[in-house]
Amino acid sequence: MESLRGKVAIVGAADTDVGVVPQFSTTQMYVNAAKRALEDAGITKNDVDGLITCNSFVEPYMYHAEMIAEYMQIFPRYCLNVATGGGTTLAIMHHAASAIANGVCNTVLITMADNMLSGLSRDLAIEAMSTAGHAQFERPYGPPIPAFYALIAQAHMHAYGTTSEQLAAVAVACRKHASMNPAAQMRDPITIQDVVNSRMIAQPLHLLDCSLVSDGGAAIILTSAERAKDFPHQPVYILGAGEGHSHEHISQAQSLTTSAAKEAGERAYAMAGLGPKDIDVAELYDCFTPVVVIELEDLGFCAKGEGGSFVENGRIELGGELPINTHGGLMSHCHPGHPGSMFSVTEAVFQLRGDCGPRQVKDAEIAFVHAQGGIMSTHCSMILGSGL
Amino acid sequence: MEKQLPVPTSETQPYWEGCHNHELRIQKCPACGHHQFYPRLYCTDCMSDQVEWVRASGRGTVLSFTIVYRPVTKAFAADVPYVVALVTLDEGPQMMSNIVECEPQQVSIGMPVTVTFEDWSEEISVLKFRPWA
Repeated sequence: MESLRGKVAIVGAADTDVGVVPQFSTTQMYVNAAKRALEDAGITKNDVDGLITCNSFVEPYMYHAEMIAEYMQIFPRYCLNVATGGGTTLAIMHHAASAIANGVCNTVLITMADNMLSGLSRDLAIEAMSTAGHAQFERPYGPPIPAFYALIAQAHMHAYGTTSEQLAAVAVACRKHASMNPAAQMRDPITIQDVVNSRMIAQPLHLLDCSLVSDGGAAIILTSAERAKDFPHQPVYILGAGEGHSHEHISQAQSLTTSAAKEAGERAYAMAGLGPKDIDVAELYDCFTPVVVIELEDLGFCAKGEGGSFVENGRIELGGELPINTHGGLMSHCHPGHPGSMFSVTEAVFQLRGDCGPRQVKDAEIAFVHAQGGIMSTHCSMILGSGL
Repeated sequence: MEKQLPVPTSETQPYWEGCHNHELRIQKCPACGHHQFYPRLYCTDCMSDQVEWVRASGRGTVLSFTIVYRPVTKAFAADVPYVVALVTLDEGPQMMSNIVECEPQQVSIGMPVTVTFEDWSEEISVLKFRPWA
């Protein structure tokens, strides 16, 4: 396989307002994100010859990417709608980078958004989420989405002695970072006690072990590394990319405590020629706290079973050994559904440009971004760098 | 709000017929001896198309579980708190189910369980597990 390493760069990145954003319909939010990213890249919509979107939950279209192209009146040579749940953003980037590296197109706009908060009532959103799981062999047992992840958490706690306080440390770190990010939806600092004393949703997951429900969108512009030099911002290069896919339904998972993040990470490190020790900042998918613990292990930042102790004592906070989710993550920045991991990518770009102000990781040159979709089903890792 | 009845397909009908008769049926591959659940056209091990239905022992162990306090929908509100579990059958395959006929706090990983059935309609009975020792 020919390597994608260093062939493609992110030259534009932008978020919409996030949290509660009732003034935009979902489609408007896709286009608002796109416009901001185009402005960030200093190009016009006519420069875009590739467009990739993820369908919206609130305002879906049968041909979603074509709909956004039509709405914006752009006429791409490459147009694709990708859906791998929370992993979609990085899967899309992987597709886009392959297309650019192979000369299928030059400049790809990726835009994602949804209005999970304002577009659906809270009850309807939760009701809608109840369609997760196998219709005949899972849903009759009444698992809300947190229960799927609680099964993973309980197995990890049983196997490795991971504690509720350790899981809580993930939520605390994300909130601490969100408190430094004026864009974040939840900015009041929380303590480990706040998390473990919050309402039990599905044992061992408390309310504050769960991510948010939000409105929000984000977009990025990708082009070849060669062209990237002509854009206004420091290009952010794709150094490594890898995917792993293990199952659709959690009841079919081969392991509850080791995920396909392992394969995704190994593939990304191999392409980049880098390892966990080289990473300055990590933006990890954090729909529920135990997911981060397992990702830290599977991505090689610590040994299997040691994720619980790794997240303690500020190691994953700014100033620690491996700052994670510096924007606040899905836990505290925003979680509009499928687009959730877009904000990990845009945050990584802002970190590598050195634009993050009080939450800037000093001298950040290499960022690791990981997203998973389904119930730890589909995993994609990206290693991004400010240099080649 | 009523719980939604599962809708069998031609592929899963023998499983649901088994549940109706209060027995657990899974598939076995006569070519390689592999057991599988949920039902499929081919053996997931050797891709044989000769998979057969067999009656399982109905026994297994709890692989993991959670106690749900916030029901997925109003249809499950009366059941709170309820146990959602993954069970590894003695024959090998994993299933999701509820653990019933005990206090939720009594459930533990590795606990032996056996099948029990809830009749949801004249046609549909739903398989659950209860402690077995």
